[in-house]
Amino acid sequence: MYKYDGYDKKIVLERVQQFRGQTQRYFDGKLAPEEFLPLRLQNGLYVQRHAPMLRVAIPYGMLSATQLRTLGDLARTYDKGYVHFTTRQNVQFNWPDLKVVPDMLEKLAEVEMHAIQTSGNCIRNTTTDQFAGVIADEVVDPRPYCEIIRQWSTFHPEFAYLPRKFKIAVNASPSTDRAAVQVHDIGLEMVRNENGELGYRVFVGGGLGRTPIVGEVIREFLPELDLLTYLEAIVRVYNRYGRRDNKYKARIKILVKALGIEAYREKVEQEWEHFKEGESKLTPEAIARVKSFFNDPAYDILENNPAEFVARQTEQKAFANWVLRNVNTHKKPGYAIVTLTLKKTGVAPGNVTEQQLDLIADLADRFSFGEVRIAHTQNVILADVKQSDLFDLWQIAKEAGFATPNLGMLTDIICCPGGDYCALANAKSIPIAEQIQRKFDDLDYLYDLGEIELNISGCMNACGHHHVGNIGILGVDKKGEEFYQVSLGGNSGKQAAIGKILGPSFAQDDMADVIEKIVHVFVENRTEEESFIDTYQRVGMTPFKERVYGKAH
Amino acid sequence: MAKLIKDKAIIENSWTTLAADFEGELPAGSVIVPLTYWQNNREALVARGNVAVWLDSDQAPEELQGDLDSLVMIAINFPKFADGRGYSYARLLRERFHFKGELRAIGDVLQDQLFYMSRVGFNAFEVRADRSPEEALEGLNDFSDVYQAACDQPTPLFIRRAG
Repeated sequence: MYKYDGYDKKIVLERVQQFRGQTQRYFDGKLAPEEFLPLRLQNGLYVQRHAPMLRVAIPYGMLSATQLRTLGDLARTYDKGYVHFTTRQNVQFNWPDLKVVPDMLEKLAEVEMHAIQTSGNCIRNTTTDQFAGVIADEVVDPRPYCEIIRQWSTFHPEFAYLPRKFKIAVNASPSTDRAAVQVHDIGLEMVRNENGELGYRVFVGGGLGRTPIVGEVIREFLPELDLLTYLEAIVRVYNRYGRRDNKYKARIKILVKALGIEAYREKVEQEWEHFKEGESKLTPEAIARVKSFFNDPAYDILENNPAEFVARQTEQKAFANWVLRNVNTHKKPGYAIVTLTLKKTGVAPGNVTEQQLDLIADLADRFSFGEVRIAHTQNVILADVKQSDLFDLWQIAKEAGFATPNLGMLTDIICCPGGDYCALANAKSIPIAEQIQRKFDDLDYLYDLGEIELNISGCMNACGHHHVGNIGILGVDKKGEEFYQVSLGGNSGKQAAIGKILGPSFAQDDMADVIEKIVHVFVENRTEEESFIDTYQRVGMTPFKERVYGKAH
Repeated sequence: MAKLIKDKAIIENSWTTLAADFEGELPAGSVIVPLTYWQNNREALVARGNVAVWLDSDQAPEELQGDLDSLVMIAINFPKFADGRGYSYARLLRERFHFKGELRAIGDVLQDQLFYMSRVGFNAFEVRADRSPEEALEGLNDFSDVYQAACDQPTPLFIRRAG
């Protein structure tokens, strides 16, 4: 993974010093709360329901064992012993004291981590596929390009006070989009043109939140070296013309809709023309430097499916289930990609204790070259595990509660912290996840249902990506009471789609029953090869609506 | 007389900024007039001399494209420090229109934005009246290096690293 050089170290440390000074001036009364607010936000610091919340970036999802242990140390020393992995490859501390945040940032800087621009109206952490670099099915490893974007966007002087937050995601797999690029402010899909040259298909104006919109293609093919200048043109047009009078209409998606994609494209192209050949155009050498940090680790030459691994699966159905669900195919023979699920029933999705962080670090050291990835689905990935090690790994992971074999299943729920933690939330989300997980506790039944993405957000800011869940659940406030609205048909992948609302909202206690009815409609209507989303697309909303709202079934 | 930061030093501010709706006789001395006043009285103002123009955050820098040779200073107003349009305007004036005169930030101008402002081409800062310009001056030194190209550093770090 990327290693800081002297420049990176200096810049991150100077940020810590700057923030220490800002915090001091705030406590001295020299910085008004409203002036401190955007400064602390651009350092990932919210003031939440119970305490400040510190959001730390995990650039494009990569973490080393050392960094994991530091997160564990911080959770032990400054927090209540756990952290929360978010849906945007960030990690959150929910209870730090404002006064100690500069110390936390300093400790993070020592292990090359930061909280820079994890919140606020600026360019946020760039995200990508959690399987980047280890799957065969990718045009190129997207991580070096994410790092290039990270550096370009870090303290970009022109774009620190945009109309609203700005999120960029990169995908390089031609068949699957695990980074949900079409629901980002800018989505980059790495492609090759007809001459075999590398570049990007650029989407703009996607996003969730109050007005969910799937992004549109602003450029079918952007040559590899033009990445930063073109991004700069897109963001400059947004910075100049994006609405600033209403925060709910301030995202780039609203501007793109208002102007139309053709007019937006024209403005960007006009802008770009002025500096596309300027100093900020990337060079092959600059890309090669960053790529050198993402070379393959020292893989052994191995055969696929070693005999003992195959035998263990025959002997133990539980192990076979886990391999089937939570292990993905690696580009190298004899290796595997393992997803440790953080979705055990009764544990808030994405929450990990300090002991578990240490354990994951140990697993990474022992089985996967000392590195892990965090997925936007709030799971942890060991990307380079020998197939011959899988049985040992499974036993440890099972013991630790990381081996619930439900990856991609109905109970692998994406869920925001919700009203239990978040000051913005209208409703709790974690208890809903738990209620559904308890209802659907039969693994064979879950496997029979196949892949269903169920996402829960506690408010319309949509941190739980409910719009793009096949089944989406949104917490709403009705005269001070918590209710839940259900949507169907969302999709975060290549066929990105925003879910449609099923109908009037439900009380908290009814949620698992409602989901069960929806699942029944699917089971009764599906053909043999259909997944939930296929059936929904074929039969439409009506049968679901009739079952859920119809009288006495 | 109020103070301001110019070229990293504290100096007396000898300029008077006129309100957006200013009409009538100009006061004596150096004045910063709003854009519409400039556009309506351009010839008289050029003849008078000691005149600069200020842009509000919804007034495009392209409006001044033909006037740059007549202006020793352009000021850009930040009605709220979180309104970031002025950063793009400053960069355009410097990089695209090659404005060489003083570029001054006025309005809600505070210590913690000065570093970014200086990077996009501002060289003068009227720090908000209730804050000390001496303290704010420190904001210009928050970072000693940067990743991107901008007006203060035409070569991005990825090129300098390779060099």
